[in-house]
Amino acid sequence: MARSAVGVVFSNVQDKNVPELSALRAIASIPFAGRYRLIDFALSNLVNAGITTVGIVTKNNYQSLIDHIGSGKEWDLARKDGGIILLPPYSNESDAPYTNRLEALKGITGFLRHRNEDYVVLYDGDGIARLDVADVIRFHEESRADITMVYHESSGTESHYFMTLEPDETGRVKSVQINPKPSGKKINLYINVMVIQREYLMNIIQNAVQSGYSSFGRDILSKNVGSIKIYGYKFEGYYAGMASLPVYFKASMDMLDKNIRDELFGARDIYTKVRDSAPSKYIEGAIVKNSLISDGCTIEGTVENSILFRGVRVGKGSVVRNSVLMQETTIGSNVRLDCVITDKNVVIRDRRHFAGCEELPYFIAKGKML
Amino acid sequence: MQRKKECVAMLLAGGQGSRLYALTNNIAKPAVAFGAKYRIIDFPLSNCVNSGIDTVGVLTQYEPLELNEYIGNGQPWDLDRSFGGIHILPPYQAKKKSSWYEGTANAIYQNMSFMKKYNPDYVLILSGDHIYKMNYAKMLLAHVETGAACTIAAIEVPLEEASRFGILNVREDGSIYQFEEKPKIPKSNLASMGIYVFSADKLYKYLEEDEQDTNSSKDFGKDVLPRMLNAGEKMFSYRFEGYWKDVGTIPALWESNMDLLGVDPAFDVSDPTWKIHSRNPLAPPEYISDTGEVDNCMIALGCEIGGKVKNSILSSNVIVEKGAVVEDSVIMSGTVIKSGAQVYYSVIDENVTVGNNVFVGEERKQAQGITVLGRNITVADGVHVDSGKIIDKDYKGD
Repeated sequence: MARSAVGVVFSNVQDKNVPELSALRAIASIPFAGRYRLIDFALSNLVNAGITTVGIVTKNNYQSLIDHIGSGKEWDLARKDGGIILLPPYSNESDAPYTNRLEALKGITGFLRHRNEDYVVLYDGDGIARLDVADVIRFHEESRADITMVYHESSGTESHYFMTLEPDETGRVKSVQINPKPSGKKINLYINVMVIQREYLMNIIQNAVQSGYSSFGRDILSKNVGSIKIYGYKFEGYYAGMASLPVYFKASMDMLDKNIRDELFGARDIYTKVRDSAPSKYIEGAIVKNSLISDGCTIEGTVENSILFRGVRVGKGSVVRNSVLMQETTIGSNVRLDCVITDKNVVIRDRRHFAGCEELPYFIAKGKML
Repeated sequence: MQRKKECVAMLLAGGQGSRLYALTNNIAKPAVAFGAKYRIIDFPLSNCVNSGIDTVGVLTQYEPLELNEYIGNGQPWDLDRSFGGIHILPPYQAKKKSSWYEGTANAIYQNMSFMKKYNPDYVLILSGDHIYKMNYAKMLLAHVETGAACTIAAIEVPLEEASRFGILNVREDGSIYQFEEKPKIPKSNLASMGIYVFSADKLYKYLEEDEQDTNSSKDFGKDVLPRMLNAGEKMFSYRFEGYWKDVGTIPALWESNMDLLGVDPAFDVSDPTWKIHSRNPLAPPEYISDTGEVDNCMIALGCEIGGKVKNSILSSNVIVEKGAVVEDSVIMSGTVIKSGAQVYYSVIDENVTVGNNVFVGEERKQAQGITVLGRNITVADGVHVDSGKIIDKDYKGD
């Protein structure tokens, strides 16, 4: 069954949501939970469903993504047949790189045409979830849907571009709305994962291009919900879509919750690139409370309610609270941080104090020395 | 022209490691866990790749299953190569004669065709029971410069311990005039590290000769090296001055683990210029809870710490529950220390369950010796495991 689907991961589509973290990288390549990148969740969910071919649609700033993916071996996707296939922008001399999802899809029709799987799973690499993709495909087959969209019940406070679904009791979607006004009620938020017949998808793309459509959501899903059999698959587990920096911050802090961590990593099969860092060292006098610490760290000071990526150093007398410190962040001595996000390779010198708040964490860009 | 490799490494990994007792009941010594995320074999393998040696034969014999699985295709060490790479070499059945490896020299002799396939100029012989970082390329260079038939890596050891080693008696220029295997009265404190570089043709020649000698125990230290000296071959010592530890006993394994701790450790595994490669666990970062205390320790990915951990090394996915205490101990992966349990001065192997309120060992100052719990066992709730005990079955008290 599983071999009957091919995965397509969009690595850039939601870039605008978290400009701080995606200025230098595709959104799918944003570091998360100490040793992962967002795309690890999409790839692992696809691989765990038995999918062995995954195309990754990229547009710009995909160096860090390519570095992370490598040959795909960490996900068991270094394959003779299929495996990881990077799909950078493809255009004629006259065309600029794609600006929307339809154009991106048009650019990969060659890839889709040459596969022989029945289904395509379109998966945006911006979400954190442990989604049973095999079950979504099963649901798709059983409901004989043209398109199955995965949704999640949300409080309805979304501020970015988003879609909501209204499925009836059978799961058939009656309407697809784009950025509806907040009603105070819970919404069925589409989590940017859909299953669709491969041939059908190619037809849609061809028609859309001929008709000059520009929005997959508005011109295809929303407009044709009556004629296309769209079904909604309700995902009940933990979900975080990277809608903004505060959302990223909150999702990071969610990882300190054992139940959420067990749901996401419990079976130990979220795969990621490994880098042979030494295990972390806690020096005499270190105090660490309620924190996730990745490998290669050396901690001499105090760390509370924080996420430390690999190779972070926290010097003597420093106190790090409610913060996310990415790879190779170096904190000198007697520093104080509260609600701070440091991107990779940030250096904070002795005795500096920085603080943000939950709603607006203080962000320090990659490579800054303060 | 035949494709060739300048140097092929042969790693002797077949030893039982009987002085590690319960830790090597079912696994070969080189597969024993070390330093929170490593296994002993990671050190010679990383030394090889960091020294530019990409062809390694690993000779296995005793309980090879776990070691084979760990090595796999060699990818974690970048040793999955189309020409060269890592090869596991178990004893095999041959047309004329089949036998187990009878000694270190015989093991290499039986794999002559493996070495010859790469047509090497030099062969590096290594053992899989030491913790050290060494650039074999420098040793190889010294070997080439002196024009020796064999170069032996050597390190100064305390004279009172010298009788445990193969001792090299050398001239001022480093050339060896005498080799004594575990001498009762050592003449020097220069010990062989069990690391040899041979010029390949000399190695083949003396292995053949040794094989014909029915009185030989077919051992490098006891037979082949003295034979070469007697034949007047040029043999040199190569001085090594860094950290080097034989972890063949429980106290040595424990000490060597402890040498990793601190800001400026006796042995540093986080040197970016000499990475120690290993197969990495698939686990999220370690989590230290509100009640967790971590003081002077090294902790690997996937651990969940709710208790107090002091002066200890914890491998991946170890759980120390709230209210538990772990002090001066080495805990290997997947082990669970339940609430209220106290573990002092112990080495606990993989996937052990230490029940609620169990007391293992004794505080280091009062302890009889290191307490050892073998893999996959359960120690029942409330039980006391006396210090210095070695337990390798489920334990409910005496």
